[in-house]
Amino acid sequence: MLNSSSVLEFKSTTFFTPILILNTNDIAAIEQTLQEKISMAPDFFKHSPLVIDVRELNKSELDFNVTEIVETLRRIGLFPIGLRGGTEQQNSQAQKLSIPVDAGRDHDAGALAQHDRRAAVATDAGNENPTAESMNGEDKNPKATATSATADLPVQSVAPVQPVRTMLVTQPVRSGQRIYAPGDLVVMSQVSAGAEIMAEGNIHVYNTLRGRALAGVQGNTSARIFCLDLQAELVSIAGDYKTSEHITKTTQKKPVQIYLQDHALIINEIA
Amino acid sequence: MARIIVVTSGKGGVGKTTTSAAIAMGLAKKGHKTAVIDFDVGLRNLDLIMGCERRVVYDFINVINGEASLNQALIRDKNCNQLFILPASQTRDKDALTLEGVGRVLEELAKEFKYIVCDSPAGIEKGANLALYYADDAFVVTNPEVSSVRDSDRMLGILASKSRRAERNEEPVREYLLLTRYDPNRVKSGEMLGLDDVQDILSLQLLGIIPESKSVLTASNAGIPVILDDKSEAGLAYQDVVARYLGEDRPHRFIDDKKGFFRKLFGGRL
Repeated sequence: MLNSSSVLEFKSTTFFTPILILNTNDIAAIEQTLQEKISMAPDFFKHSPLVIDVRELNKSELDFNVTEIVETLRRIGLFPIGLRGGTEQQNSQAQKLSIPVDAGRDHDAGALAQHDRRAAVATDAGNENPTAESMNGEDKNPKATATSATADLPVQSVAPVQPVRTMLVTQPVRSGQRIYAPGDLVVMSQVSAGAEIMAEGNIHVYNTLRGRALAGVQGNTSARIFCLDLQAELVSIAGDYKTSEHITKTTQKKPVQIYLQDHALIINEIA
Repeated sequence: MARIIVVTSGKGGVGKTTTSAAIAMGLAKKGHKTAVIDFDVGLRNLDLIMGCERRVVYDFINVINGEASLNQALIRDKNCNQLFILPASQTRDKDALTLEGVGRVLEELAKEFKYIVCDSPAGIEKGANLALYYADDAFVVTNPEVSSVRDSDRMLGILASKSRRAERNEEPVREYLLLTRYDPNRVKSGEMLGLDDVQDILSLQLLGIIPESKSVLTASNAGIPVILDDKSEAGLAYQDVVARYLGEDRPHRFIDDKKGFFRKLFGGRL
């Protein structure tokens, strides 16, 4: 007799799915714009599952029919697999069509779009980034590329949901090299004087930091820098910076964390 | 399989050509067929250090352009028949070097030679980049002073990102440190960075410390690689370097300012 575990298993996993943010209830306009986008990247959209985001519509109190939208999407070859930000009535409509609903936790769609634009690792003209790996797998997937080509179009934007990636660097960051991480940055080796590491999120350096470290470069004031041995030329969080001249002797060559508090850069030794 | 060694530093005047000549001679003396190439197109120097300047007919650029065959351009060393020199052109500039052309010459050399030593020009421009592009091993020549150390660090960054091995995601170029013009007296008095200070920043495998020595200049002027001078500390240090590179385990010497064996033997400064 088969025991239950050999029949089936439940596992949890994460999928990347585009979100279709609707800004208008004009079905004809939606259909036309989608057709145009699909013709630009047919492989990307072919049988693509997507989540319909109607928060903007509801914010602007635009009336619409979920069934009508779903049918339109299906007609042009897309597979709507979820509804986000619908009202109670809209949710029940979706559920009748066997489409799951998401209560619409307060994800910032704008922030996501920003990360997509930044999905590629930016480095200097010389392309001298040392071996950097993304912890979430492939760095350049074709979907991200396809989307970025269409991301700036006005009526509605299709942005794949991508978690913010952590970049891991295991090689030494030598003088003259630059690393840009769209999310957090973890460096296992030393960062030499004259090197520059930047991250939109936090920076962790599990070694000596002699170069420049800039965290929260897109304005994230809650980003922090952690390092095992602070000898940096410059540290900055969301634009507020200190040069080595202004880093007190007591925190030099110590393991520290650096954060912003009331626009002041605080450097604290980690005991 | 031939190994391609680049001797590089970023900074000028630290001893790249002296080192290239010395290690090429050292490898050849150990019985390995070795070629040494001068990549400093326009500032041809290696032939002088090797003492073959009067035998230069064709050069590296002629070979790249197909104006001469490799065999026509290679000069056999007069001290060691396992060693060949491919001189740079003095009348051209670095633009005469092409990635494809350099690759072709190296490929042809690799069929015949065990080691190919590429003497890089200073700087981080085309000549230096092409000298390191095909390298398997890099000898990073550094003087014990801050600017040289920083330039070496920069060079290591370029090795790790712009070499063929990096571009192809192959096993990275093996990087070795060669600390040249080292003067234990001045380290002791704090005028010069010590080995530990340099290693703190570069953290590389140390292949050798070449002490500051008058014999280097004498050897250069005479056109005889200093490694052939068994009476010179620098020559002995280069012999150690070659032996270590070939896998021998030799203790490092000339680090401390001891009135040691050699000073007793030769009495005072060498």
